[in-house]
Amino acid sequence: MTTRTTPAGISLQATGIRKTYGKRTVVDVAEVRIEPGETLALLGPSGAGKSTLLAILGLLEPADEGTVLLDGREVTHRDKAARLQMAAAFQSPYLFKGTVADNVSYGLRLRRMLSGARRSAVAEALERVGLAGWEDRSALTLSGGEAQRVALARALVLRPRVLLLDEPLSSLDPLIKGRLAQDFARIIREESMTTLYVTHDQNEAMAVADTMMILRDGVAVASGPVDEITGLPPDAWTATFLGAGEPLEGEVVSSAEGLVGVDIGGAVVFAAGSEAVGTPVLLGVRPEDVLLFEGDAEIPQSTARNRFAGTVTEVQSWGAMHHMTIDVAGSPFASRVSRASVRELGLEAGSFVQVVFKASAVRVRVRGDR
Amino acid sequence: MQVFAEAVVTAVTLLFQGSTELWNVIAVTFEVAIVSTAAGVVLGAPMGFVMGATRFRGRRLLVALMNTAMAVPPVVIGLVVMMFLSRQGPLGFLGLLYTKDAMSIAQTLISAPIIAGLTAAAVASVPYKLRLQARSLGASRVQEALLALREARLGVLAAVASGFGAVVRGVGAVMMVGGNIEGQTRVLTTAIVQESRKGDFGLALALGLILMTITFAMNGFLTWYQHSNERFERS
Repeated sequence: MTTRTTPAGISLQATGIRKTYGKRTVVDVAEVRIEPGETLALLGPSGAGKSTLLAILGLLEPADEGTVLLDGREVTHRDKAARLQMAAAFQSPYLFKGTVADNVSYGLRLRRMLSGARRSAVAEALERVGLAGWEDRSALTLSGGEAQRVALARALVLRPRVLLLDEPLSSLDPLIKGRLAQDFARIIREESMTTLYVTHDQNEAMAVADTMMILRDGVAVASGPVDEITGLPPDAWTATFLGAGEPLEGEVVSSAEGLVGVDIGGAVVFAAGSEAVGTPVLLGVRPEDVLLFEGDAEIPQSTARNRFAGTVTEVQSWGAMHHMTIDVAGSPFASRVSRASVRELGLEAGSFVQVVFKASAVRVRVRGDR
Repeated sequence: MQVFAEAVVTAVTLLFQGSTELWNVIAVTFEVAIVSTAAGVVLGAPMGFVMGATRFRGRRLLVALMNTAMAVPPVVIGLVVMMFLSRQGPLGFLGLLYTKDAMSIAQTLISAPIIAGLTAAAVASVPYKLRLQARSLGASRVQEALLALREARLGVLAAVASGFGAVVRGVGAVMMVGGNIEGQTRVLTTAIVQESRKGDFGLALALGLILMTITFAMNGFLTWYQHSNERFERS
């Protein structure tokens, strides 16, 4: 089998995109930009306009206003040559009646690829998604995970310069979802395609994406590198959506050797940074980076510079994990604790705890920068 | 019961004796049915696709009109076609009245709305996102439409079979515009009426049996096709 070379991803940009259905504006996004070979995760709750924006960027549906640029060239949904550089897979795999090979080869047949080359390309794509030798199976008898792999192979076989994935894993059970998320992330990375990945699951987004954009009611409320957005959401709504702690306001009170001390009103939080003393900043810490100990426990020596006493104000059960809110000198910090730990530490609202996290886990941004 | 037994014997005897008259009736029946079903497919399937797969202003009205057209009595269609083709009618100069062409025109007007209506229902059952998926893989609008028809193929096939069935069993329209002329425009249904009027129930029943055999063969093919493709159908 000869392996075909993968063409490099190309940039996908859009400006001033607006789409209305009746009187309702479903998308109103000023700018989207995905660099060549980069993966942008588009997050947001149901009905936020993610799939509509994907359909517009993928030239599947026209926008009412705005411009889409593919590799720097303005394109529309009527531009078939541009559409042929993209391929998509959706939440429901939407496999066509017929065999797995019929499905995977659909786009190749549209591109009039000769049957010999087509067979070889299909075999290669199926091998890529872990379904080698599945060509002759009926597509409609596959399980959810298998069908989603076929849908991905059907898109990958076209060697698209831009890959569009619309919640490809959201209808799968957690076990298969976890495994497929890893596989999808690996394939996307190896193929180095420009990818737009729509999801409402931030973990999935963190697994596959370089940058993310969060939509709320059709409007982009956050956009930037994944670590930056998840580490320090721009506002309380985004923080809640991402399951992160609210951004805290403070002022730099010390700055030396790449470490800043930020006074958040009653406590000084250390963070990696070099902002000047007196700079007003926002700071945030991912809940999974915040460790909790019993109020009177002896904390072992570690590199964690931030150690505070606090009181649990809220406990929310999120299945296997619990989301805790802890008041530290009047500022709320969030922490994610396993069910077993909550039971062992006897954590409940009002519990006295010690809050510990590393300076490197703290994200700092100068207030007014965004 | 004796009359039924005699009818079966008469039918078999007629078929095996090679009665030119009978075979001619069967041939005209098939010719008119195939021509009008094919024309019904050409007119009805694209219209059905448009009604089932697209949204446009006036679509509901068109669907309602199509459903009404499906229920128009064939004799009314025969009357209208007759008025058009009669010597005083706007198309009288064509001289088509009492010909197989006139019968095919009337039968097409019967089959086309049935094929359009049932095709629309079949295509509407194909999810829009499946078509969007095809579009995302590079399909043009025409390729997208062909895929939707292929996905809805059992429903579309049933629509064609229903159109064929309506044509082959129709009597009123073909009687009016064909005139039931022996050797020229006589088909199985009009021959049954003719033989019944003459009191030859045996022959009429025999012709009825042949008609039922044709219908059975059509449905048998559909059932076979459905089962042979079960592996690829949505459950």
